Amino acid sequence: MTRRDQPRTNMTDLSPRSPAPSSAARRVAFPPNWQTRIACLALALYVVYACSILDISRERLMAGFAHAARFVSRMFPPNFAPDKLELLYTGMVESLQIAVIATAVGVLLSLPLGLIAARNLSPLPLAWAARALIVLFRTFHPVIIAILFVKAVGFGALAGVLALIVASLGFLSKLVAEAVEEMSMQQVEAVRATGAPFLSLVIMGVLPQVVARFIGFSAYQLDSNLRNSALVGLVGGGGIGATLFTAFQRFDYDFVLTIVLAIIVLVMAGEVVSGWMRRLFQ
Amino acid sequence: MDASTPFRSTAVGAERSLIIRKLRKEYRAGQPVLKDVSLTVEGRGMTAIIGPSGTGKSTLIRCINRLVDPTAGEILFRGQDLARLNGRQLRLARRRMGMVFQEYNLVERLSVVENVLCGRLGYVPVWRAWLRKFPAHDVERAFQLLDAVGLGDFATQRADQLSGGQRQRVGIARALMQEPDLVLADEPTSSLDPKTSVEIMELIARRAGERDIPIIVNIHNVDLARRFADRIVGMAKGEIVFDGPPRALQDEHLLQIYGGEGWLE
Repeated sequence: MTRRDQPRTNMTDLSPRSPAPSSAARRVAFPPNWQTRIACLALALYVVYACSILDISRERLMAGFAHAARFVSRMFPPNFAPDKLELLYTGMVESLQIAVIATAVGVLLSLPLGLIAARNLSPLPLAWAARALIVLFRTFHPVIIAILFVKAVGFGALAGVLALIVASLGFLSKLVAEAVEEMSMQQVEAVRATGAPFLSLVIMGVLPQVVARFIGFSAYQLDSNLRNSALVGLVGGGGIGATLFTAFQRFDYDFVLTIVLAIIVLVMAGEVVSGWMRRLFQ
Repeated sequence: MDASTPFRSTAVGAERSLIIRKLRKEYRAGQPVLKDVSLTVEGRGMTAIIGPSGTGKSTLIRCINRLVDPTAGEILFRGQDLARLNGRQLRLARRRMGMVFQEYNLVERLSVVENVLCGRLGYVPVWRAWLRKFPAHDVERAFQLLDAVGLGDFATQRADQLSGGQRQRVGIARALMQEPDLVLADEPTSSLDPKTSVEIMELIARRAGERDIPIIVNIHNVDLARRFADRIVGMAKGEIVFDGPPRALQDEHLLQIYGGEGWLE
């Protein structure tokens, strides 16, 4: 503190034009923020405490690293045996199908749900009901929803598809509702003044304003469904995740690496495709 | 149903007039913006409503096609009280009233001709709007109207590429596309430069005049009102304080409508 105060006092002395009376008002540009300091200190203390409770120690960490090194070394070289590649292919195709079906259905359903949830279009009670539904869909991570669906409809792709539909609905409907709430009401008002029935109003007055953004959201959702389709498989939702899980269980670590590489390629391809879609419809 | 009678030409005075009785609008209870306004507009010619901002001109005009719901009063038009209509009845009444807006209110991301065809939405079923399959004679008429407002070459451009004056021309074409019995224009020239303003007023007066459609126009600009209107209604503080032909509008009336003095010199 004192060291930082020093130059400022000098500055005041050196500049005779300074209007401030030198003694009383030394103006501070960046006053100490005690709230932030206390919060940072508290956070640091809590991290140390939590580490001690969870037994995260140096020795434990070193042992873990050694184990990890052994595990990684067993992954090389990746296994490209024909029978493994066939498993990989089947899993990947299933994942792709899960992602595409979930995105398509999610897109189709999210548009009406999002429109109903927009408070500037639908009656308030209806909008709030739709919003509650969306919040419910968004509460849980796709993996948790997938676990529920696996329990409900059994192992396999159906559970994965249903889980990702719910996830897509939560994400897309919320963004649609927001886009609709941000649109220009003047344009809607003009279409309303022509005596258009409600659906025509939506088609000609609302959709043109939101459709470009909606396609952007959908492309992003396809991208994210590709990633999540691998994830839901881990808990029994079918697809490449299931293959990956089996490989882990059988200690086929070289095949695990093959699968991981394939997923990386899939996700990157998804990103390229979704970026390309967004540009196409901008 | 009405598409088969493009232009009704016979002027029938009383049947086509608009009768407003004791129209009242309170956005907040106890603070009326319109204070029991009564006004009868004959079924022809242009009626200009002048008055300062915030005096209820816009509210009055928007009560007529119910973009604003009046608090009390009657709006009689073609045997119906517009103030009481709801749902389908209201839509059917709205499609016979064209509206021109200050900010043009075109759907920016639709093409010019699609915007004009929006004027048919009250007539065509939803699936036609969805598939953009408007009846051929509607499409034909949309192009004719675009030619008539001088924008025939712009039909397939997106509306957001047009200038203000061009947009307002599209707005006028959209209103006429409805084959209206009445045209409402809410400050149609306030966002335009003086020359374009005159052109737009000319266009509204001429195109609606050809079809013998009565026009009610809100307008700031007293000179434009004098030049184009057959009748001027002056409003101040939610009430009508002047009503007469343009030549009867004197400085004293303007003082009463707008208040103050220095600005008239």
